[in-house]
Amino acid sequence: MDILALHNSLNTYLLLGALLFGFGIYGMLRNRTFIGMLISAELVLAGASVNFMAFNRFLAPDPTVGQIFALFIMGLAAAEAAIALSIIIAVYRNFKSIDTDDVAELEG
Amino acid sequence: MTPILSPQGLAGLVFLGCVAMTIAGAVVATNAGRLIRAVTGLALCLVGVAGIYYFLDSPFVALMQILIYAGAVCVTIVFAVMLAEPHELKRIGKIHALAGPASILAAAVLTWGLAALAVKTAWQPAACRANNGAVEEVGQSMLTTYSMSFELISVVLLIAIIGSLVLARAGRSK
Repeated sequence: MDILALHNSLNTYLLLGALLFGFGIYGMLRNRTFIGMLISAELVLAGASVNFMAFNRFLAPDPTVGQIFALFIMGLAAAEAAIALSIIIAVYRNFKSIDTDDVAELEG
Repeated sequence: MTPILSPQGLAGLVFLGCVAMTIAGAVVATNAGRLIRAVTGLALCLVGVAGIYYFLDSPFVALMQILIYAGAVCVTIVFAVMLAEPHELKRIGKIHALAGPASILAAAVLTWGLAALAVKTAWQPAACRANNGAVEEVGQSMLTTYSMSFELISVVLLIAIIGSLVLARAGRSK
């Protein structure tokens, strides 16, 4: 196996995307603050973008589709981060905490 | 074997560096004890992903990745950490005993499934390519074929700005 020619194979990118997705899921389950979960969600989105770009480079008949999709994912991620962070600020004002365990008023 | 002191060999080395940066950043982002370190790890990981995009023949998307993600999103998260993180030391050690192994297991199963799917599928490349995917083609199809989704994204961003302003204003007197 030629380790210096890895960047010419589709599987390298797909494995990297799967790994980023796995890190995101792991962080989302393990983290106990809202901001940590938001960071992990960004990792999941990055994994999805890497997959789109890899398919775009190696398989797609029109190589602009994946790039435009990745740009749209970036726009949506920016909107998601802005909304999530303002929700976190509002939660912090009400609960004086951003721990997921402290925000449990509906738990009963 | 590619010789290491050739253009291809050096490109391969830079690619391995980008992959290592991405994975190291993801490890720091998910395992850091303090939120500010996690944000730094996220920035590192996203810059590495930008390098990956450069290797995928899309320098424009790579630059946008650095500008939007590492520039805007990470700085926004840093501001939120500064506004809402008064006592970050108290939460270390309070984690449930099963949470760590269970999350590792769940993530490993998902990663293994995706990786097996990627490796075992016989991907068929397209017979011919419509263009070479340069910035000009991206701009043209964004404003012709995908103009509707382009407009929708701008509406979503506008609503997100207004919504986050409304949300962050509410309860300001507390």
